This record gives sequence, C-alpha cells and structure tokens, in this order.
Amino acid sequence: MNFGFTEDQEALRDATRKFLDNECPTTFVRKMMADETAHATELWKKIAELGWLGIIVPEEFGGSGGSFLDLVVILEEEGKSLLPGPFFATALLGTTAILAGGSAAQKSAILPKVAEGNHILTLALAEKSGRYDAAGVTLAAKPKGNDFVLSGEKLFVPDAHVADQLIVAARTAQGGSPEDGITLFLVDAKAPGVTITQLKTVDMTRRQCHVALQDVAVANAQVVGEVGKGWPILRRVLEQAMAGLCAEMVGTGQKALDMAVTYAKERVQFGKPIGSFQAVKHKCVDMMVQVENARSLTYYAAWTVDENGSEAAQAVPMAKAYCSDMCKTVTSEAIQVHGGIGFTWEHDMHLFYRRGLASEAAFGSAPVHREIVAQTLNL
Amino acid sequence: MDFDFTPQEEAFRQELRSWLETNLPAEYNPETFEQLNEDKRFEIQLKWQKKLSAASWVGIHWPKEYGGRGATVIEQTIYQQEMARVRAPGVANPLGISIVGPTLMHWGTEEQKKRYVPKILSAEEIWCQGYSEPGSGSDFASLQTRAVEDGDYFVVNGQKVWTSYAHKAHRCILVVRSDPHAPKHKGLSYLLVDMKSPGITVRPLVQITGDAEFNEVFFEDVRVPKANLVGEKNQGWQVAVTTLMFERANFGIVYQLEPMLRRLGELAKRLRLNGHTAAEDPAVRQKLAQFHLETQAIKYNGFRQLTRQLRGDPPGPEGSIGKLAASELNLRLVHFAVELLGPYSQMALGETHGLDGGYWSRRALASRLYTIAGGTSEVMRNIVGDRVLGLPKG
Ligand SMILES: Cc1cc2nc3c(=O)[nH]c(=O)nc-3n(C[C@H](O)[C@H](O)[C@H](O)COP(=O)(O)OP(=O)(O)OC[C@H]3O[C@@H](n4cnc5c(N)ncnc54)[C@H](O)[C@@H]3O)c2cc1C
Ligand SMILES: Cc1cc2nc3c(=O)[nH]c(=O)nc-3n(C[C@H](O)[C@H](O)[C@H](O)COP(=O)(O)OP(=O)(O)OC[C@H]3O[C@@H](n4cnc5c(N)ncnc54)[C@H](O)[C@@H]3O)c2cc1C
Repeated sequence: MNFGFTEDQEALRDATRKFLDNECPTTFVRKMMADETAHATELWKKIAELGWLGIIVPEEFGGSGGSFLDLVVILEEEGKSLLPGPFFATALLGTTAILAGGSAAQKSAILPKVAEGNHILTLALAEKSGRYDAAGVTLAAKPKGNDFVLSGEKLFVPDAHVADQLIVAARTAQGGSPEDGITLFLVDAKAPGVTITQLKTVDMTRRQCHVALQDVAVANAQVVGEVGKGWPILRRVLEQAMAGLCAEMVGTGQKALDMAVTYAKERVQFGKPIGSFQAVKHKCVDMMVQVENARSLTYYAAWTVDENGSEAAQAVPMAKAYCSDMCKTVTSEAIQVHGGIGFTWEHDMHLFYRRGLASEAAFGSAPVHREIVAQTLNL
Repeated sequence: MDFDFTPQEEAFRQELRSWLETNLPAEYNPETFEQLNEDKRFEIQLKWQKKLSAASWVGIHWPKEYGGRGATVIEQTIYQQEMARVRAPGVANPLGISIVGPTLMHWGTEEQKKRYVPKILSAEEIWCQGYSEPGSGSDFASLQTRAVEDGDYFVVNGQKVWTSYAHKAHRCILVVRSDPHAPKHKGLSYLLVDMKSPGITVRPLVQITGDAEFNEVFFEDVRVPKANLVGEKNQGWQVAVTTLMFERANFGIVYQLEPMLRRLGELAKRLRLNGHTAAEDPAVRQKLAQFHLETQAIKYNGFRQLTRQLRGDPPGPEGSIGKLAASELNLRLVHFAVELLGPYSQMALGETHGLDGGYWSRRALASRLYTIAGGTSEVMRNIVGDRVLGLPKG
C-alpha cells in the first residue's frame, strides 16, 4: 500500500510548478482567451523541450517512456494554471489513441513528431447528441475499394482548429451492439472535404470545434486498430482522458480554494477578516473536503489506469462524477467568498469557474457517470 | 503508487479471517444484537473482549510490551475492515483501548503504566472519560469541576455529564480545574480516578435510542491520590488534547459505511418504488452511486493519510476531515434509507412487521451520535479552518 508519488514525481511537480508560474500566469491565460487560436507556438516549443508531449510515449518512438502517473502530476499542476491550448488534446487524447490502437508504422510516423512538438492531434468523438458512449458514434464511413469515405459531423472536438490530424470515430457497420462496428480513422485536418469551425464556448482557453466531413477519402492505411473494432481502443483512451481531466480538475479546484482562503484572510468587513466568520470559514472547510475527496478518487483512478486494471471501469467514472461536481461547486463557492469583486471580468476567479463548467461537460457530466457506477455495483 | 497489499499483509488478513470464522461468539447475532437489553449486550462484549485479548486480537496497534501486536497502520486498517465485514460485536472497554492506553503510554509515569495499562486489554478494568460538563461541552477547557490539593491528595468536587460507560467503569480519566486563577487552558489537571471512591455518584441518562449508556457523574469531596496525576499539575490540557487526537483518529464510523451501504443496496433491490424495484429507479441509483463514491473517497483519504504516516511525513489535510466527512455522510445515507422505506421506516427495532428488522430507524436515531460526540461537526470545521487552512479565529 503506497498512496503517494515517488521522489522523482515530486521533483517533476516542483519543476512543472515553477515553469508554469513563469510561463503561464493568468495574464497569459487571458491573452490566449482573446487570441485567435488560444495556441501559443512559443510555449508549445518549450513544453516539447520539457518532454511533456512525449512523457507517456515509449523511448523507441521518441518519448521518455514515463508512466501515466507522471502525466497526472503535470496535469494537476497545469489545471492550477489553466494552461491554454491543445496540450490535453494532443498529449492525452491523440497520443493515447495512437498508443492504444496504432500500428507500429503509425506509431513511428506520428509519435516522434508529437514528442518534438511538431504535430498536433485531437480526437473527434462526440456528435450533436452530446454523448460520449458507443451509441453516440453515428458518423458514417463507407468502404470504397480498399479505402473509406467519411461523411457527417462531429461536435465538441477539442482544438481541431490547430490540429494536424484528427482521430475520427466513425461507424463502419450498423446493427449489433453499439460497441460493434466503430472504426477509428486518422484524418488530415487539411484533407479535402474537412471543414473545421471554432465554437464560441464558455471556456475560451481551450477551444472546441464543429467538424464537418463531406465525402472525405481516407486510405485503409489510416485506420487505427482494426476495422469495426474501434470501441475497445476508445474505451482505453477515454479512461486515460477522464482520469487525466480529473487530475486537472483537482488542480483547478485546489487553486480556487487557495485563492478563496487567501482572500478570506485579507478582506476585512465588520472590522474583521471575513475568514473569521464561520459562514465563510466553514464554507472553505467544506470546499477543502470536496477537493481532498476528489484528489483521493482521482489518484486511485489514475493508478488503476496506469496498471491497466479492470478496476478502472469503476474507479474512473467514480472520479469523473465526483470531480465534475467538485470543480463546478468549489470554483463557484470561491466566487461567493470574493463577493462583488468575484463577479467581475477583471478578477481571475471566473476563469476557474469557466474551466470547471467546461471540464464538467467533457466526457459526460456527473449523472452519466453515477449511472455507470450504479451498474458496476450490480444495482 | 501501489494499492495492492503485500503478501505479508494478505497473510495477516487471512490469519484474522480464519480466527474470526471459528471464534465469533455463538450467542451473537448482529441482526438482533441491538434488541437485547443493555446488560446482556455488555456481557457479550465483555466476553468477546476477553476472548480477543487471550488471542492478542485486541489493541493490536499497542506495542508488544503492553500486550499489543505492534501492528502497522496497514494492519490496523485491515483489522478494522475485517471486523466491520463480519459485523463483529464491539468490545467492552473501547475508551480504554483507543484512548486511555495510548495516552498513558505517552504521558504516564512508569508506575502508572505498570499499574493500569495491562488491565485495559483484558477488560479487567473498564474506563470512562470525564471531560464534558453541563456548562462545558465544545468549550470543555472552560470546565469547572474543582480539584484542591490536600497533602498527598487532590479533593475533587463537581459534575460531569454524557459520561459513556461510567455505570460500568472501574476507572475514569478526569479533567479538573486545579488553578481557578490561571487562564482557562492553563489551570487544568488530568487525573486517573477510581470509580469506587467514596463521594462518586453515577446516575444513568437514557439516550435518544432508549438505552442508558451515558451518565451524569457527581463528585463530592472525592480524594484522588497525587500519584494519579498524569503529566504535570496545571498542564492537563496538553494531555487531554492527546486523548482527543486518539479519539478522533479512531472514530469507527468510517469503517461502518461500506457494510451499511451494501446493506442499503440489498434493501433497494427488495423494495418497490414507482412501479419497479427501488434499485431500478434512476433517482435511487444516482443516490446510491453518490454514496458509494463518497464512501470510497473517505476510505482513500484514509489510505493517503496512512502513506504519510508510513513515510514519516507530517499529517496532511486529508487526515483531519475523516470524522467530519464520514459522520455527515452517515447521516445522509441513513436518512435516504428511511426515505426509501416509506411507512416501514417508522417500525422500531425488533418490530416483526418491520422490514430489515427496524434496523434503519435505529440507525437514524443513533446517527447524531457521530456528528456530536468526540467534537461536533461545527467544532471540527472550526479546527480544520483554523489549523489546516490557517483562517483567522473568530
Ligand atoms: C451584479 C452586482 C450588482 C451590484 N450593484 C450594486 C449597486 O447598484 N449599488 C451598490 O451599492 N452595490 C451594488 N453591488 C454590490 C453588492 O451589494 C456587494 O457586492 C455585496 O453587498 C457584497 O459586498 P462585497 O462585494 O464587498 O463583499 P464582502 O462584503 O467583502 O463579502 C465577501 C464574502 O464574505 C462574506 N461576508 C461578509 N461579511 C460577513 C459576515 N458578517 N458574516 C458572514 N459572511 C460575511 C460575504 O457573504 C461574501 O461571501 C452589486 C454587486 C453585484 C455582484
Ligand atoms: C453519545 C454521546 C456520548 C458521549 N460520551 C462522552 C464521554 O464519554 N465523555 C465526555 O466527556 N463527553 C461525552 N460526550 C459529550 C460530547 O463530547 C459533547 O456532547 C460534545 O462535545 C458537545 O458538547 P455539548 O453537548 O455541551 O454541546 P454544545 O457545546 O453546547 O454545542 C451545542 C451546539 O452548538 C455548537 N457549537 C458550540 N460551540 C461552537 C462554536 N465555537 N462554533 C460553532 N458551533 C458551536 C455545537 O456544534 C452544537 O451544534 C458524549 C456525547 C454523546 C452524544
């Protein structure tokens, strides 16, 4: 039994913290919110040099062969800083999909470029239905000779507007269970027939897109995994993505709590710091309880994902359900502790709340995951 | 990070499991235990503790020299899990084991350790805890029970209240005011008192559940030898705080949540609601899943705390919230069960027309114990807010 990080991981945490404090203050986050793409190429280069983009990529494919827990350490810190841009889309969604389903040729062609910072990936999974389960995948891929033609729409696609390649989940066969007949395709963002439009969303630090595919020809060599057998790959991708997103949410919640506590110590009303009033003090303690609960569920989930254990099927939805509620609630309560100033654009608190709303929504909000947990409990 | 238990730890679990299989008392039935009268329950608990003690299965975290096993924190966790799993009876001397022994090992003189500690695990001497008074509960440092020096003795006058097990106890850890002129935290002393001493009157108080497990205790010119002072005179606060730390760290409700939730899940499968079983109802499923994830979060918080202890790191914030989070969750869980039971929720323990033997109405009545005893939820929030978050005092 060891529920802690290694010394190396703690050192990685410190280094990550220092880097982000320098490179990603909220002034930078705000600049990116207003930016055309929210993607800063300078920062991307530095992130690549630090090895973040290849952290879970094996050495033979140009990465550093670290564990998923190493990535979790980075994600938690990055969640505190609200790192803008396609890091999550590339390092988690795209990379894990290639790692889980890609052929050796695909891995050698793509992953070294990703690790170097020269290739941005994302996953196009959800559609208008807003579902993240197998039944939500309806975009059609029709065979044409040895190859395929894709037509349909994807929605909520993270950072597709700056991606070089999209991993598109499409349906190659109807009938049977929803899990059967899903195929993953590597689609070039600039391929003829691909139209990518940024969405106006509540958290503009990380963009999402509408992706329209009209008769997009995709060669057989661009299939990730086997035809019709995409869902097990996606499940593994989603497990890692959700556990990683939970780590970010723990960071975001922790930072909001820290800001609220700091403010409660400084702000004086009725001749006393507001943190001395129990209504505020107890609120902060309840926020802390939620952050700590979320952290424990997240670390546990991350461990099951790292071990690729069967417990992940329960541990990940548990963490996602809890963290979704926690991050939204804690960032909202932190606004309350700040009073009027927390309601301004100028104050940073709303940036955290916006991230909380976006993270809650990604991959299914709490009720979806609580139902999955209920199923794992054989209810 | 690694959540697996080592082979040695698994062996420990197996050893305990097989011991429990053959040794759980035959006359003990967890379903009907709470329907027995109080004396009968105590008798079973006393016999059980003696049996545990003979096999060194009680106070396992105590050092070997005091009759414990010097169990690691992991082994203690396994122990708690296994006891909760089989719903083993409680012991007769819980305060002695969880707080008096450890406090004496920390603060006691050699004489005191030799005299008192060995009789705790064997249940030869049952202990009670005299802190709370009618005017001093959460603010127990304001207590008024007086101790005046007279030669080799302290002479004690005053009253304690809510003193659990005082009517069964041989001895009491008693916090008294020895210097009425000092600031409130600096005039307290910590005494070990023989409950048979002349001048002590114990009057049982009937609790919300109908049981009489706590008491009023009156002290009239009770003579306590100075040799029974723990720590320095007027420095009883430090000793008392040590005791409270042990009390809160050992708060058993954390381990009861998992079995209770399993039971609630089984109940939901049997009950019907809105045209299907309650377990099929989406609202019920959402609640049960939420309880499950909070229960697991509390458990993993405990594991994180264990990891810090094992590494010798200072305690983290997760360690201070266990009692608070578990007692509040217990309350919600029990109230949800009551809601599900509909009209059957009113059936009292043992009512044969009841479902689940009236178990849940009993749990509801008992649920406030955990948010009050050992420091109320509000006081716990004050402590965490002040000490962990560093917020200014009110
Ligand atoms: C959208 C909006 C419009 C507004 N319009 C107007 C307007 O037109 N005119 C105007 O004059 N004002 C206006 N206000 C200001 C509003 O009245 C104040 O924001 C509000 O009274 C809180 O004061 P504060 O912002 O200074 O927060 P603070 O008083 O500093 O409070 C911060 C936090 O501490 C808590 N707190 C403070 N004191 C105590 C206490 N004794 N016990 C427990 N908790 C305490 C608060 O509940 C809050 O959570 C507006 C505010 C908003 C958000
Ligand atoms: C079943 C049971 C067994 C017990 N066994 C023992 C025992 O063996 N020995 C022993 O010494 N005591 C025992 N107690 C007493 C227990 O420790 C006290 O009941 C508890 O500390 C609260 O004190 P009180 O009852 O005087 O309530 P009070 O302190 O009067 O509190 C009343 C309410 O006010 C709130 N409150 C008080 N102060 C504050 C504050 N500063 N901020 C916010 N809210 C506050 C409390 O949270 C509570 O909700 C037992 C209690 C119970 C219920």
